[in-house]
Amino acid sequence: MLTILFDGIAYGMLLFVLACGLSITLGLMNFINLAHGSFAMAGGYCTVILVNRLGVPFALGLPIAFLITAALGGLFERTLYVHVYARNHLDQVLFTIGLVFMSVAAVDYVMGSSQQFVLIPEALQGQFIVFGVGMSKYRLLIILICGLLTVGLQLMIAKTRFGSRLRAAVDDQRVARGLGINVGAVFTLTFAFGSGLAGLGGALGAEILGLDPTFPLKFLIYFLIVVTVGGTSSITGPFLASILLGIADVAGKYYVPKLGAFVIYTIMILVLIWRPQGLFARSAAR
Amino acid sequence: MVRSYFLVAAAVALGLSAADTAFAQDTVKIGFILPMTGQQQSTGKQEAAAIKLYMAQHGDTVAGKKIELIIRDDAAVPDNTKRIAQELIVNDKVTFLAGFGVTPAALSVAPLSAESKTPEIVTAAGTSIITEKSLYIARTSFTLAQSTVPMADWAADNGIKKVVTMISDYAPGVDAEKSFTAEFKKKGGDVLESIRFPLANPDFAPFLQRAADQKPDAIFVFVPSGQGGTFVKQFVERGLDKAGIKIIGPGDVMDDDLITGMGDAVIGTVTAHLYSADHDSALNKAFVAAFKKANDGMRPNFMAVSGYDGMHLIYEALKKTGGKTDGDSLIEAIKGMAWESPRGPISIDAQTRDIIQNIYIRKVEKKNGELYNVEFATFPAVKDPVKAAEQK
Amino acid sequence: MAPLADDVSAYLARRARWSPLEVAFWIFAFATIWLFPGKHLILTETAILALFALSLDLILGYAGIISLGQAAFFGLAGYFAGLVAKYGIVNEPVIALVLAGWVAAALGFVTSFLVLRGSDLTRLMVTLGIALMLGELANRFSNITGGADGLQGVSIGPILGVFRFDMFGHTGYIYCLIVLFICFFIARRMVYSPFGLSLRSLKGNPLRASAIGIPVNRRLVEIYTVSAGCAGIAGALLTQTTAFCSLDVLSLERSADLLLVLIIGGTGYLYGGLIGAVIYKFLQDWLASLTPQYWQFWIGLVLVVIVLVGRERVEEWTAILRASISRLGARLVTRPATVGGAAPDGR
Repeated sequence: MLTILFDGIAYGMLLFVLACGLSITLGLMNFINLAHGSFAMAGGYCTVILVNRLGVPFALGLPIAFLITAALGGLFERTLYVHVYARNHLDQVLFTIGLVFMSVAAVDYVMGSSQQFVLIPEALQGQFIVFGVGMSKYRLLIILICGLLTVGLQLMIAKTRFGSRLRAAVDDQRVARGLGINVGAVFTLTFAFGSGLAGLGGALGAEILGLDPTFPLKFLIYFLIVVTVGGTSSITGPFLASILLGIADVAGKYYVPKLGAFVIYTIMILVLIWRPQGLFARSAAR
Repeated sequence: MVRSYFLVAAAVALGLSAADTAFAQDTVKIGFILPMTGQQQSTGKQEAAAIKLYMAQHGDTVAGKKIELIIRDDAAVPDNTKRIAQELIVNDKVTFLAGFGVTPAALSVAPLSAESKTPEIVTAAGTSIITEKSLYIARTSFTLAQSTVPMADWAADNGIKKVVTMISDYAPGVDAEKSFTAEFKKKGGDVLESIRFPLANPDFAPFLQRAADQKPDAIFVFVPSGQGGTFVKQFVERGLDKAGIKIIGPGDVMDDDLITGMGDAVIGTVTAHLYSADHDSALNKAFVAAFKKANDGMRPNFMAVSGYDGMHLIYEALKKTGGKTDGDSLIEAIKGMAWESPRGPISIDAQTRDIIQNIYIRKVEKKNGELYNVEFATFPAVKDPVKAAEQK
Repeated sequence: MAPLADDVSAYLARRARWSPLEVAFWIFAFATIWLFPGKHLILTETAILALFALSLDLILGYAGIISLGQAAFFGLAGYFAGLVAKYGIVNEPVIALVLAGWVAAALGFVTSFLVLRGSDLTRLMVTLGIALMLGELANRFSNITGGADGLQGVSIGPILGVFRFDMFGHTGYIYCLIVLFICFFIARRMVYSPFGLSLRSLKGNPLRASAIGIPVNRRLVEIYTVSAGCAGIAGALLTQTTAFCSLDVLSLERSADLLLVLIIGGTGYLYGGLIGAVIYKFLQDWLASLTPQYWQFWIGLVLVVIVLVGRERVEEWTAILRASISRLGARLVTRPATVGGAAPDGR
């Protein structure tokens, strides 16, 4: 039972790392980026190439994947996304779906269509047994990394100057610009960072979620659920939403395997009926 | 509207191209419908490579006729398959329809095959009932039951008494569960629970935990080809191998294409299947070498060998009929055909038109730095158990 | 006030008249039956896709609702039509078609209340969620739906008891084309009516529309229901013409492709779905034969380019061309004198 809780928390935190970039860009730039999953996939494939083919140690492969994906995100933001900010939501949806199609086909062409497996080090295989509760070592690592990231993110947003600029830009872009904050730079950095996080999530998640060219489409729905339920006005919203969804999904599948997949969709629809702006958002509708 | 003009221009161009230039009667066209895109694309890739290899090795002339190969992508969507099949029959006038990556694709084309008397050679799909849907269907791939029933027999004979079955909740998975459970129980075994998880399943953890809590001797697993590695890794991650639980299942989960990438965690997994790239015969060694050479070192898997044998079937059928291309003669020629395939000896059942082949029990071992399914026991000449049971 | 009201109704009546281009379009569409006898199969699929796109245009182009879940109605009606045919409950296809449309419309009505609330993203999620849930349900109840294998043993009776479906798809195509035309005709009457105009105003500015007395929510529910019924008819047509129905009628890919179709063709003038369907289907067929594995890449590229260039700019260019063509058409076809001169060719 506790193992299930543990598993659910690990799964939830993984979802959070994957989805929080999406939540930030949606809240900050009011931009629906359905191609978020493509950055996650990119991070996963980077790690596969680094660790499996180039022999880079896993511990190093993760941060490198983060940096590469962040750079990719920044590049795309400056060259492509910036043209689409002012458009309506339909255009954004179409644009990003187009990018998803292109990324799926491109990765398929370059890397082939089969499942990719990351060779994780010996030390991370197997589990600890603590007071009779089995805890997988790899999942423990996920909880650790994601926990640190969350704390770091929260600190950055609350305590640093960049964080306050970010919060200002989220609250009111025009006034922030009027105060001399370089909103364009904030956007680029935030987008890059969010994409980097997605890449890290993809790299970490390859072991648990699998990795193949159709990853962005398969998991799009999960990211969107986290963002919808968690709202976009804070970090804690999606965090709590991910944990909730992770536990609900895992527990649902354990106790009632027949209804396993329904749990997550049902929660989403119920939440949307009750509070359309998300469970944890401020009441100011966006 | 400029778009109207676009439409007119496109229509005229299409009209011109649709004009069917009559080919000489000396060409035999084979229409392969394979999933080259979508979730099943690895099947399409393997089969297309194998088909082309066969043609390269055996030439493109048989019994005085020139062979023309047409490969079309249906993305494993049955609506597409049916439409493409209709077009191939009506517009391209193919002599053979072949391929069919998933069961619904094969089933959707069956009425067409029957109505137009076009032989439908199934080289990938694996549900037992397919060959019953038209008198012109023959299969060179496998049925799932052919692998699961011997697996159950082997398990019962080797000290495995309690099993939990874990399958992906879709038709092939359910088939595998049913056929395994029926045979295993017949031999005195006990199936403690039948767990099914959603097809698009990100995480096996809760299900594995549930299975482990029952303390079985073995877990019988069937998942789509790509997920096998993830499943076994998570199995090992929870320490279930240390708890003495074995993994058994049809060889689909230990796909030759992917197995080396799965890592050492899968060593020791026992599966039952029709083909291993490691199969010890001169013919197979030559096949694997030629396949790797033509495809950047890609290893052939059971789908590739099925496609390869499908081509062989077509060529031999034409030779036997002396070049006659009507469906009835071809199907008569196909019934009862037997030959040595890279997988071992195979034949086509004269009554059911389904494949009869050896099923091998194999274990994953490391050889020369790569992982292979090494065969150690054989069930010879296995007919499809589902139809065999009905015949009795 | 009377003369102004007369002007307005005359103007509206003028706009609702069929332009020569439209007439030519439909004549050509029906002529394809004889012009391309070998292409009836792909043309049938195109006609069904066109009808499906039309249903999305009604809510997207006229009411501004972004939906990724039209496949829910498509699939529900598809399975309904297949099941009533399989179990011999309704043997005549046209009756089954109408019933299937009603079933889909009922689902649309029930779920329309979820779509009323929230932002664009919320609507996207809700519509997507419903479609995915239906997909899961269809998989779960595979003893009824046939699951991943699809619905087996469906045989469709002859239309009106007379016209049998043949292997070459001739009957099927004529059937689809007629149904498409009828549905289009009804939709066209609707959008040029006061109902349609109220939709346009609430798409532009819901607050202002409600301020002048238009019941915004009721309109949205109504158009969403109608659109669902239309999508359902398309789905039932697919099942009837292929005698088969499987899980991918409910998939995300189907809804996503639909958005693509509508964008290619343009939204808000009803023909966008039809033209987009033709271009998309043939583009896909052509690309798939060129590069069997990677055509998705090029479709994605097309999408990205269209958005970057800007749909408005593309529509501006085509509007200029359209205006010059209709001026040419007006010179060829004499029209009765109208109040206030020639009407601008607007949407």
